[in-house]
Parts: sequence; C-alpha cells; structure tokens
Amino acid sequence: MAHHVIETENNYQARTTTGKITNFVDTRVGMSGIVREFGRKIFPDHWTFMFGEVAMYSLIILILSGTFLTLWFNPSMASVTYDGTYLPLKGVHMSAAYSSALDISFDVRGGLLLRQIHHWAALLFMTALTIHMLRVFFTGAFRRPRELNWVVGCCLWLLGIFAGFTGYSLPDDVLSGNGLRIVDGIMKAIPLVGTYLSMFFFGGEFPGTLLISRLYSIHIMVIPALLLLLMAIHLFMVVVHKHTQYPGPGRTEDNVVGFPVGPVYAAKAGGFFFIVFGIIAFLGATFTINAIWNYGPYDPSPVQAGTQPDWYVGFGDGALRLWPGSFPWSWKIDLFNHTFVLAVLLPFMLAGVLVLFMFTWPWIERWVTKDNRVHNILDRPRNAPFRTAAGAAGIVYYSVMMIAASSDLIATHFHVSLNDVAYVLRFLWFFGPIIAFIIVRRICLSLQRKDRELVLHGIETGNVVQLPHGEFIEVHKPLDEYHRYKLVSFESPEPLAAQPNAKGKITGAEKIRARISKWFFEDRVAPVSPAELEAAHHHGHGTEAVEAGPKPTGSLGGHSHN
Amino acid sequence: MKALSQKRRHPLAAVVLLAIALILTGGLYAVATASNQAQAASSTTYTASDIEEGQKLFVSNCATCHGLNAEGTVDGPSLVGVGAAAVDFQVGTGRMPMQMQGTQAQVKPRQFNDEQTHQLAAYVASLGAGPTVPEDEHLDVTKGDAANGAKVFLANCAMCHNAAGAGGALTRGKWAPTLMGVSEKHIYEAMETGPQNMPVFNDANITPEEKRDVITYLKAQEVNESPGGFKLGSLGPVSEGLLIWTLGLGIVIAFTIWLTSRSA
Repeated sequence: MAHHVIETENNYQARTTTGKITNFVDTRVGMSGIVREFGRKIFPDHWTFMFGEVAMYSLIILILSGTFLTLWFNPSMASVTYDGTYLPLKGVHMSAAYSSALDISFDVRGGLLLRQIHHWAALLFMTALTIHMLRVFFTGAFRRPRELNWVVGCCLWLLGIFAGFTGYSLPDDVLSGNGLRIVDGIMKAIPLVGTYLSMFFFGGEFPGTLLISRLYSIHIMVIPALLLLLMAIHLFMVVVHKHTQYPGPGRTEDNVVGFPVGPVYAAKAGGFFFIVFGIIAFLGATFTINAIWNYGPYDPSPVQAGTQPDWYVGFGDGALRLWPGSFPWSWKIDLFNHTFVLAVLLPFMLAGVLVLFMFTWPWIERWVTKDNRVHNILDRPRNAPFRTAAGAAGIVYYSVMMIAASSDLIATHFHVSLNDVAYVLRFLWFFGPIIAFIIVRRICLSLQRKDRELVLHGIETGNVVQLPHGEFIEVHKPLDEYHRYKLVSFESPEPLAAQPNAKGKITGAEKIRARISKWFFEDRVAPVSPAELEAAHHHGHGTEAVEAGPKPTGSLGGHSHN
Repeated sequence: MKALSQKRRHPLAAVVLLAIALILTGGLYAVATASNQAQAASSTTYTASDIEEGQKLFVSNCATCHGLNAEGTVDGPSLVGVGAAAVDFQVGTGRMPMQMQGTQAQVKPRQFNDEQTHQLAAYVASLGAGPTVPEDEHLDVTKGDAANGAKVFLANCAMCHNAAGAGGALTRGKWAPTLMGVSEKHIYEAMETGPQNMPVFNDANITPEEKRDVITYLKAQEVNESPGGFKLGSLGPVSEGLLIWTLGLGIVIAFTIWLTSRSA
C-alpha cells in the first residue's frame, strides 16, 4: 500500500505577488509537480515533426471559427424567400439554411472572412494530418510501442473526412446537395440494408426536410467531441511513449535528445499556433473558398459542371468516376430479389482496401519481419526500401483516385478528351502502384549504395593527382565520424526463412510469410560493417578501396573495383 | 343548313371531314411553331449587293466544306435555314472558318471584319429562313433582371458551363467554353442557334426577355468584384485543394524549417 503524504502545513512565504499567487495554486493543486513532470519532457526538434502540431492548431482554429458560425447559421430546411444583399438571388425561394449561409457571407460583419477561415482551416487540417501520417509511415514511427497510436491517428483521419463532408453539406446549395445525392446513392448500394439506411438517414426519400439539422448535430457536436477525445488520447500516448527521434550520434533507443518543453519549447509552440492562425487568416482574407452564392439553392434536378468534393473526399468520388458504368456489361446483378449495384460497391471496396492496409500496416510489417522490439529511433526512408516502396504504391493508388475526381477539369484545361483521361487513370489505378513500387524501391536501394560508397570511399574532391609511378587517382576525402554514423547506423533485415511452430510444423501462413519476407528483403543493401570500413581504409588510405567483408545473400550492394 | 345535313351521309363526307381536320391541325401547328422561330430577317436588312458579296466570300472561304451552294458535304453541314444569327456567331467569334477538323470549332482571332460577316450572314439568310441577328433591345443589360437571369442560368446552363460560367468538360474531347468575356450578342445567338454541341434554346423555351436576363446575370458576374478575394478560376474545390497543397503547405513548411533551424 502506498501512502499519500498530505502536507498539512506549509511554512513557505513568498515575497512577491507573483510568488504568492503561484504558491497559492501550488499548495492547492500541486502545479509544481505537473510543471516538473511535463515541463521537462524532451521533444526532439525537426521540421518534419511539426505537422501533427499544425493539424492540432488547425483543429483549434476550426472550433473557434465554427463556434462563430453557429451563432448565425440556421440549420433548417424550411422554405424562405431570400431577401439579403446579394442581388442575383434576391426573391429566390430557398432553405433557411442556405439563406442564413448567404447572410453570413454578405450581411454578418466579418462573416465571410470567418467562413473562409473555417473552410481553409479544414483543408489545412486534413493536409497537415495527411503529411503527418506520411511522415510517421515513412520513418517507421508506427512500430512498437506506437501501433495503437497509429490506429488512433487513422481514426482521426477518418473522422476528419466525415467532419469535412458534413460541413460541406450544410450550406444546402446545389454543390452540397449534389454531394449528398452521391451519399444517398452509396448508401442505397449497400446490399440488403441500403434502402433502409438511406431512408433512416434522410428521414424518408432524398432529400427530405430533416437532413440539414441532422448533419448539423453531427457536424458541430458528435464529430468534434470524438475528434477532441481521440486527439487527447493521441497526445497522451505521445507523452507515455515519448517522442521518436532520427538516428544520430548520441541518440539511442533509450534516450530522447532534444529540448525540454519549458520554457523555450512551449513558447515556440505557442508562437507557432499564431503563425498557423496567421497563415489561415491570410488564406481566408485573400482567396475565395466555396463561393456558395454561385451555386444557387439546392434542387434535386440540376447537376452543375465542375461539381467536386473537397480534396480529401476526392478519392471516393474519383473511384466512382473511374469505374465503368456499362462496359463490358452493366455492373449490377440481381440475386434473390435484390439488386447489387456493383458499379458503386466495387470501387468503394477498392478504396476500402487502401484504408484497410493503412490501419493494419504495423501488424503486417511485424508479422513479416517478426520484429517485436521497441523502436524509438526512426528509419531513414531509404533504409527501409520495402516500406518506402509500399508507401509510394499507396500514394499513387490514392492519388489516381483523387485526381480522377477532377477528370473534367483535366480535360478542359489540358485540351484532352474526358474519356481518354478516364482510360489513362484506369490503367494507372491498377498498374501505377506496381510501377511506383518497383521504381521507388530501386531508388532507395541506389541511395543506400550511394551511402555505402560515401562511407567506404569518402567524398570525391575532384582533385586528380599523378602518383610518382605515373598512375592517376582522384583524391577522396573521408567522411567525418558524425556524418558517417548517420550512414552506417541502420538495420537491414535479412529475408527470414519459414520457421516451424511449437509443434514442429511449418504452416501455410508461415510459408506465405517467408515468401513475402524474401520479396521484401532479398535485394537488401547491408550497412557498412566496421570490418569493411577497416579494410577500405587500409587499402589506399582513403583514396581508393576494394570492398570486402561478408556479402549478404543475393546482395547487389557490393561492386568490385579493378 | 338543310343541304349540309342532307349531304352528311354522302360517300365523300368522311374524306372532306378528314381534309378539313388536317388543314386545321396543320394550320394550327404552323402558327404554333412559327412562334418558336425567331422572325426571319426583320431587324437587319440585307441588300442584294450584300448577298452577292456574301456569296463570293462564301465560295472562296466556306464552300470547301459546306458545298458551293451551302448544301453541305461530308466535311460540313448544310447551311440552308441556319439563319444569319448562326453565321454571325460562328464567324464573329472566329470559330469559322475552322482551322482544322476536330471535335469542336476552336475560338481564334476572327478572320472577317464586321462588314464581311454581315455579307456572309446576308448570303446564308437568303438561302432559307432562320434565326436572325438579335436586335439591340434584347441585348440591353440595363433592361434585364439579373436575379431572374441567375434562376434561368442555374436551371438551364450551369450543368455544362459551370455555376459561375467558367466552362466545363463534355464527353469525347468536347467542351462547354467559358462565358466570361463573351459579347452580349454572341451569348444571345448561341442560345438561339445552339452552336457545336449546345442545344437550341428557342424563344418558346427561353423567351427573348429571359435571354436578356441571362445575359444581364452573366455580365453582372463579369464586372462583380469577387466578395471573397481571388476567385481561383471559379472552379470549385479542385483549385482550392491545389492551393492548400502548394501555397498553404509551402508557407507552413517554410515556417517549420525556420522554427527548427535555430535550435541547435
């Protein structure tokens, strides 16, 4: 049993006013303990570590600007006649939601600026979040002990998409209504329950009269609450796990090299919030975003040219656009009195595959490598060629879908046929990831070989000298040891052959694992070993070297000099 | 009356009745459809010399594709009955004569001046009645109603030309061009004649007054300052997404690098 020692008496008397106040607080809630613990947390400093922070600040700005918008927005689909200052819509019948969104834009002081800040903050939130995820992925920061935090991050990404989409749908103009019509179609395509789902969601047949108020509750209450909760869990886990760091001299799996939170880092982070706010305010004040007044009130009959979702929803829209409707047959089947709309189901399943891989990648990698160790030191992307290549394939897969959502604009702006754009993107959807995987892996392996070359031979100086016996050589300058450390201190997993389980049997899954492991690692480039370095230095004293040392199986890492 | 009632069982009575019915319905139809066609050559008068000069221009510049008598060939449609408005639009915007065969005629610097365009229009109008060049009264945006124009535009035009008139893509390399910077007359003529892949919006479909309203709305869009700042081409979420990934993210990265450069 632990005993809590409660201080009943405190004889310390502060002299200054500030001292008295802090002492008062300290003796009530024990602030000094919190400051001592948290203020001394070390965070490594690197610009790529700051995108999560940007996303967090964008979320705060979203909540601030969104709160302002709730003061004026009327989430009602009741029909009203617009009587605001925007002339082209004067006297037009529309929903109260659209009318109030127009009022925010034209008749509320600072309303348009806040609306644009809110929307730009949403775009920056998703952009920063995506870049943050890519940084975490490509540096291997999701490995033990951070797998669960990776999953929390993926959930934040999904929630961000829903937050953005529900917000995009609120103004009730033609653009947002077109988006909701697609959602209606997607819901109805879900086998068996689709029609019920759609009817429950819209409160009857699309579009109904309930939708905007329902989306509003989700957009301003449910999703922000979940976002804040998951963000708190995310940050809590960062504190528990401590921050990862890039490899470097003095940085180990057991320490964190960086700066403490208090006082400089906290001040910097606080200042950075205002920088992000400034960037978003600049965008909001300078660039139109979602010109709702152009689209007119929602009416289910028209669909306008240039109807697109915000970029982070684009991959879903693009998947739908890419799937052929009637070639080589009509993509629907009728079974047991139910219609299965494959033209909607299949593209969404294909987009879902990416999301599935995203959530499960830490376990996939752990299964293949059987690496269950704690990793606090990050990988340089080139030193994990298989992961970097797989990530690049994922980016291409995602980007092709996202780009397909703007196929019509590509057609008009580059003077090509809309159909040809679709054909090219369909090809790239399936073959682009494979091509990207091969090319990026080759690039990583070449960069690793370049690193080996640098470590073994040093930097080419460009000075060619003639030796007394007439031979010409180029003088190479050896690397300093800090630079060299960065290039040699990495792990290069070797292919792991299938191993028998406790019963001495090699299972089918294990054989598959071994095959994937071979596929991932057979082309590995090994880091330079001390022996190799020694050999290189003895030969030619840093001017020219022959590679020695153990050659890894199937390695392309070595090349011989004559 | 007695004679009529006596003859009603005459063997030819049915034939006579049918003839009367046909004439009546045909006549009504002719009257009804006549209101759908813009009145032929009432506003702009063409002299015989206009037609003669126009024919000469036609033969030397257009006949290769449209035929010597504008009867059409495999390379170009017949122009009999397309009217002066079609000529004024196609030639006046530089689309005709076409630079090359393609999915759609491209806008380019016009090849004929106003007088020559007028003469060509006179010649084509002489071949058969068709839509005429609109009168100035229908192009006067001071008399139009922008709010009604917005309603008509969003219901009829925005699906191809985009809500802000920025243009959009059609299938197989065809496209709906931007409407910004297009003259009042040409917008009117396009609605009247349906050039390229555009459907015809005749006067029964969109009345001349509504056409004027649409023009008024588009011209208001042109001169209106964008309330939200730079319009980014009025292309919607795609250009916004592009901006956040380039300029937005670029500024953020610049600041992150600046902030972390002073640590060590």
